[in-house]
Amino acid sequence: MASITQQEVEHVAQLARLDLTEAEKPMFAEQLNHILSYVDQLQRVSTEGVPLTASVVQEDPVLREDNPLECLPMEKALANAPEAHNGFFVVPNILGK
Amino acid sequence: MSLFKLTLKELQDKFTAGEVRAVEIARAYLLRLSQVEPKIKAYITLTSKETLLQQAKAIDDGLKAWRKTQPLMAMPLGIKDNICTEGIRTTCGSRMLENFVPPYNASVMGGLQNHQPLILGKTNLDEFAMGSSTEHSAFGPSRNPWNQKYIPGGSSGGSAAAVAADECVAALGSDTGGSIRQPAACCGVVGLKPTYGRVSRYGLIAFASSLDQIGPITKTVTDAAILLNAIAGFDPKDSTSAIREVPDFTKAVKKKDVKKLIIGVPQEYFSEGLDSEVSEKVQDAIQVLQELGGTIQEVTLPSTERAIATYYLIATAEASSNLARYDGVKFGFRAKESRELADMYRSTRSQGFGPEVKRRIMLGTYALSAGYYEAYYGKAQAVRTLIQREFDAVFQEVDLLVSPVMPTPAFQLGERLDDPLQMYLSDIYTIPASLSGLPAISIPCGLSTMGLPIGLQLMGRPFEEATVLRAAYAYEQATNWRMKRPVIRT
Repeated sequence: MASITQQEVEHVAQLARLDLTEAEKPMFAEQLNHILSYVDQLQRVSTEGVPLTASVVQEDPVLREDNPLECLPMEKALANAPEAHNGFFVVPNILGK
Repeated sequence: MSLFKLTLKELQDKFTAGEVRAVEIARAYLLRLSQVEPKIKAYITLTSKETLLQQAKAIDDGLKAWRKTQPLMAMPLGIKDNICTEGIRTTCGSRMLENFVPPYNASVMGGLQNHQPLILGKTNLDEFAMGSSTEHSAFGPSRNPWNQKYIPGGSSGGSAAAVAADECVAALGSDTGGSIRQPAACCGVVGLKPTYGRVSRYGLIAFASSLDQIGPITKTVTDAAILLNAIAGFDPKDSTSAIREVPDFTKAVKKKDVKKLIIGVPQEYFSEGLDSEVSEKVQDAIQVLQELGGTIQEVTLPSTERAIATYYLIATAEASSNLARYDGVKFGFRAKESRELADMYRSTRSQGFGPEVKRRIMLGTYALSAGYYEAYYGKAQAVRTLIQREFDAVFQEVDLLVSPVMPTPAFQLGERLDDPLQMYLSDIYTIPASLSGLPAISIPCGLSTMGLPIGLQLMGRPFEEATVLRAAYAYEQATNWRMKRPVIRT
């Protein structure tokens, strides 16, 4: 089943919000095919009735009281923003023009 | 003897006894860094001379007042650059975070800061910890101190190289599929991946959340125990950190034998693809463990051969989700001149991520996408359960497992860059313990004829780091590999 076309590579790139260059498209298609044909070996493993791993080391879930705690002050939270204004993150047009 | 040659324990003893001041330690390491760092390139960001000397002076001045020392006080440490350090740039080896200055500390840093160590800088890594060689760092690769044409391993290659080259006394790394153990093996130092949940991941920049774990990279097993003491424990900020009592790990490194321990040798770890020199050194080490009183027992873990395929689906799926946050809005890089939002997302991510990160995001996105989820991600999570069950069964019979860390010694820079799968295959012996969350250590067990270090891996039951450390310590004391140090012409 492992065969990913260049068209599928472009589709996956769009899902992942990546623009690929013309050179990257065939390169990723080839490399991903190579990797996928390797991981295809898992299809031969019988896993009928085997539960999916839900937690790595069996521990009780850790819950805490839902109390508000101190959080980052606004200036600090905005300090790394590429663009900020009046306490907001600034982004380009969302709906287009 | 030069201060920078001392182990953490030796330096700590000298400092506690008042034989050396923090300022002298800082000066000795600043000199060492100026001589060696241009060759090894272990660090992405170095603490400035002024800041370091100021911190050292503050420690010395404070001591006069209360004369109480913490185990890591004034100890010069390197911190992997995917661990958030408040006010100190944290790049994760990526252009995406080239100018990111965290507004908070990772929990491990908070724990360390209570000791007042000297943080020398942030060490190099493969971009977002994705790689086995540091060649995927956006800031260029680090060099293996034993031979600068060779990789230092990865992804914590900067931390391992820094420790091996005496550019810090000890370092923190992180391990997702072997990223502490493999570079430790390549550089001839000790690297411990604790049990998943033993150390808080809060403030560790996420790669694959069900696998990531912070741990020590040090010159000796004793040093690893000291550093683990300082970072282990439950953290309310990480819901996957374990509510478990943390033993004093330095108590585990006292006995020089492994009497009453049953040590399993998984036959799958000695099959085709294992370099003959590595095999020979590891067999020699098993012999030593037997002479130290251990009972050696052959065991079988048949799903080992499925581990890499399982890992590269699960880790990339988690990565594709974790790295969705890099969208150019709240922090990190933003591509210029985008006219609308979706366009800005794509341009930012395409320009900010390097090729290996893109490749893994693509693979993970594919494994999670409609129509493929069951066949890839679901299947991998089921096989992961099988791998865990095999470990559980084997650990009913044995206390520890012993194996090589990687199939070969370090390879040459550039050798595997064009073949991602080949690079992934070098993680075969470290990945299974990661998938099962087990504690595992890499310790030096010899040199190849090329003069490159070879590592021995010991894996233990969950939360039994103490047993792993005990056996590693006994082996280390019985052999003299630690005394062999790389010579770096300065």
